[in-house]
Order: sequence, then C-alpha cells, then structure tokens
Amino acid sequence: MPIAHDPRIDGKPATEPARGPFDVERVRADFPTLRETVHGDKPLAYLDNAATSLKPQCVIDTLNDFYTHDNSNVHRGVHTLSQRATFAFERARGKVKNLLNAESEKEIVFTRGATEALNLVAQSYGGTFLKPGDEILVSEMEHHANIVSWQLIQERTGAVLRVVPMDDTGELRMDEFHRLLGERTKIVSIVHISNALGTVNPIGEIVAAAHAAGAIAVVDGAQSVPHARIDVRAMDADFFVFSGHKVLGPTGIGVLYGKRELLESMPPWQGGGDMIDRVAFDGTTFNVIPHKFEAGTPHIAGAIGLGAAIDYLTRTGFDGIEEHEAKLLAYATERLLEVEGARIFGTAGKKAGVLSFNVGDLHPHDLGSIMDMEGVATRVGHHCAQPAMRHFGISATCRASLAFYNDEGDIDRFIAALNKAVRMLK
Amino acid sequence: MTQTIAEAQKEIVEEFAFFDDWEQRFEHLIDLGKSHLDIPDEYKTEAYRVRGCQSTVWLHPELKDGRVVFQATSDAMIVRGLIALLLKVYSGRTPEEIASTPPKFVDELGLNEHLTQGRANGLASMIEQIKLYAVAFGQLEKSHFGNGKEQGT
Ligand SMILES: Cc1ncc(COP(=O)(O)O)c(C=O)c1O
Repeated sequence: MPIAHDPRIDGKPATEPARGPFDVERVRADFPTLRETVHGDKPLAYLDNAATSLKPQCVIDTLNDFYTHDNSNVHRGVHTLSQRATFAFERARGKVKNLLNAESEKEIVFTRGATEALNLVAQSYGGTFLKPGDEILVSEMEHHANIVSWQLIQERTGAVLRVVPMDDTGELRMDEFHRLLGERTKIVSIVHISNALGTVNPIGEIVAAAHAAGAIAVVDGAQSVPHARIDVRAMDADFFVFSGHKVLGPTGIGVLYGKRELLESMPPWQGGGDMIDRVAFDGTTFNVIPHKFEAGTPHIAGAIGLGAAIDYLTRTGFDGIEEHEAKLLAYATERLLEVEGARIFGTAGKKAGVLSFNVGDLHPHDLGSIMDMEGVATRVGHHCAQPAMRHFGISATCRASLAFYNDEGDIDRFIAALNKAVRMLK
Repeated sequence: MTQTIAEAQKEIVEEFAFFDDWEQRFEHLIDLGKSHLDIPDEYKTEAYRVRGCQSTVWLHPELKDGRVVFQATSDAMIVRGLIALLLKVYSGRTPEEIASTPPKFVDELGLNEHLTQGRANGLASMIEQIKLYAVAFGQLEKSHFGNGKEQGT
C-alpha cells in the first residue's frame, strides 16, 4: 500500500550526494563515542572497527526519533503510526538496495546480521538444492559464520565442503580455487574482505568462474560494505550478505541480498507472522519476497537506523573514505613494522584496513590488556577465523582495524601503547 | 605454609597498595607471572583446561592430607600473575576453607576492574573451577570417612 510521505520521518532523498571533500576532523565530530575517555582520563583510540563500528550521532538520533515519535509495528496497521513505521522501514530497504545497486527492493531481505543471512542461504537454498556428493567451496580465511553454517547443511544433505587454501601472505591460492572448482561444485561461498587478515579477494574473478562452472556465488561482504562501494550487479553475486552494525548501523540488523529468481525459488526458512499469504490447517501459502523470509516482527528501528547509516556513508562519500583509509593503513603498517619483533599476518597485495599482528612470543592477550589501559581498543584472539590462524601456526593475534573516522593520532597512540606494552612484558 | 587464608589475602592487598599507579601494579603482576613456576606437561591437557578463558589456562588439583593443592598456569603473562595470586590464597587449604572464602582481595588490588572481574581473561572461570574442585574433594572426603549422610545434598 503506498503511504503518504511524512517529512518527519527522515525526509531525505533515498541516497544523497557526497557533501564535499573528505575531512576527517569534520567526520570525527559526528561520532560521540570518540569523545569518550577510559581508565580515568585516557582518550579512546578505537581500533576495533572490524568487530563493530561506532555510530554517528544521526544514527543514534534516528533510533531515538523512531521510538519517540513513530513507534509501531509494520505491515499490519491502518493507523497513522503504523503507516509511518511501515513507510520508514520499507524506505530503509530502498536505501540498502541503492547502496548495493541491487535491481529491486524485493531482493533485499532483512536479517539479524551477516551470520543469519548466511544461515538462511545455507538452510533454505542449500537445504533445497544440494544433493549427496555436491560440493560447497569456501576458503581457508573464512569467518566461522561462513564455515559452520555450511557444515550444518553438509550433514543434512550429504554435500561436501571443500576448502580453497591461501598462501603465506594471506592471498587466496587462485590456482587451487580453479582446480577445486568443478562439475560437482554447486555453491561457492567466499569472503570479500577477510576480517582476520584484511585480504581483499578478487571477487569478480571468483564469481565469474563459479558461474562458468555452473555454481552459484555467495559473497560474505561483512567487511567490505564499510570500506568500499559495492555493486552486486557488476559483481554478479547471487547472494551477498552484510551486518548493519559494522557499517555504522545498529546491532541486530543485517542484510541478505539475493537475485530475485533465486529468492523466489527458495522455500521460507522460518515460519510466523508477516511471511504468510493465507494460513489454514489444510495448507498455508506464503507471502512474496522479501517478506517470505522475514517471519515475525522485524527489527524495525534497526532497519531504519541502518537506513540513516547508509545516508551518512553516501553523504561522506566512498571515494574519500577509501582514499583516507588506504593512506592510514600505509601509515599504520609502516609504524607497526618499526616495533621490534612485530610480525604482521596478512600482507596481501590488495588489503583493507586490518592489521593482525604479534610481537615476538608475547601473548596478544597481554598486549591487548596493557594497550587498553592506555585507551587503545584492539581485539585479541582468533577473530572467529581459527583455520586462518592455524595456517600461520598460531592461535591468536592482536588486531587493529581501521575506519574512516580514525586518524594518524589514533595510530600514534596505538604504537606508543604497543611499545609500552612490549617494554613492560619483555 | 603457615599463613592463614585471610592473612594471605591481606598480604596481597598490602603488597599492591604499595604501588602508585596501574603501570607499577601491572609490572608487579607480570613479574609474578614470570617467576610463577610452570606446571608439568602432563597436566597441560584438555582435561585440565579451564573453559571460558581467552588465553589458555590449565588447573590441576590434588588432595594431599586433607588439603587441596593446585598447580596452574597460562600462556598469557598477566593471567599467569593472577594465577600466582589465586594459588597463594587458595592452594594448600582445606575444601571447606576454599568453598567458604570469597576472593575479596581481587577487588582491592587496584587493577583494572574489567581485568579482574571480567570474564575475558577467565579469572571468574578459574575461581569457579577452584571452588568446584574444593566442593568435589569435600564430598569425596565425607563419603570416604563414613559421613555419608550428607551425600547428595
Ligand atoms: C567476514 C565476516 N563474516 C561474518 C561475520 C559475522 O557477522 P555478525 O556477527 O554481525 O553476524 C563477521 C563479523 O565478525 C565477519 O567479519
């Protein structure tokens, strides 16, 4: 049902033009968390962006406004608030469509996050079309979400999981990829940018080869959407997933993009309200896509908040973001290599803003704890990518991951804190 | 060990009160970790691993003359320092002492509260595991010495 445009709900065009040249100072002012201090008076250097991004004030305000003014359920009310909520929710879907350059809003399914989106594809598409002996191709650098969801369906269908190895720089072995890709391969599911190593995979080549072999291609874009302009049509991905919380949006909202004919061919995954057409005990018919895959009350505020995040990103402009992050990564890499004994894991030719490292035989947990005392937020552990860690014969690294609101000052404080930690632990 | 469990806690708190800032306290903890004795390799197995720790922690209990003797270590130095403190308080005590003594000293060290209370480094899991072993040994002793009435409570 078309709903009258209510200018109170975020009356901006669905995608805005960039607002001029990139200016990190101006950007930083938009993120209130950057003004936090920790452990007394230590200003925060937030370098855990691959785990989750900070939120700009406009996203926080959008959530607040929704709950204050428009709070209502969607798709099921004739009253004004319900119409406003539905309008804003569906409008957010349009913003996601524009962000990914999908063909239609119908191809955008809201999920809880990248993990749920991958599980949806595995259970619904994989569960329907995989036969015993069919192969699913993933890589050694996948996040556990893109491994375990396939392992679960492997058990149910008798399909087999095959793994493309990487080399010691953290680049995919494309020779092995082409060798493993064969007649039996039905699904290729590969990460666009590795969260543990920062590798940017040649996703166009991967998708094209998958198609040539008669397989479909699933792209885990959890780490690419925050850093680069995505075009699912140019990429020709069959499915593409990401999480809202890593792209300035709220937690609990994510996206599954799927080509229309594929989504239409798939059965629903979960049952409940919103996803049905007619319910009767002698048979229920289902709603059309994308609603078929959105059982129950969705994360309405989350989707609207994600819409605001997308507006902010496009207003900031991906060209400026990419250029700034590339410079910052080069600077951080150079500074990190000055630290005696530092070893970076993930040195691929094409890399995004992730620095996974260890220093000598010092435990990353110790480094992370001491850096935290200095206000520097990093992540330590296996980064939900244990096979990637195993490749390097380690169980954990310390990871500094960048966002466009980081600046050289953050990197300087990170290196100073790291040097201090090394001094204390040696 | 002649110190009581209360004295051991008090001594640790006094020791840490001596330092002015977090850096000195951390350095002290790291020193304790470095001088903490490693444990035999045969105890570094899955059976003795404490779950819920981001770093790897092994904890081996043994009942000797009515007292629980713990050996434990970690691959992370700060956690190892915390282990040294925990063992000073809890190792070589009777099961009842262990079960009835909360780790009050931990809050009074002047360390980062997230470090000491957090689940991240597994301190909470270690304390829980120490207490579980104590309770188990306590029950074992009771059944052993014929005081079987209280079993299963
Ligand atoms: C590459 C990659 N895939 C999937 C995920 C899972 O995302 P979420 O936990 O938001 O579902 C992450 C998050 O760390 C990731 O980095």
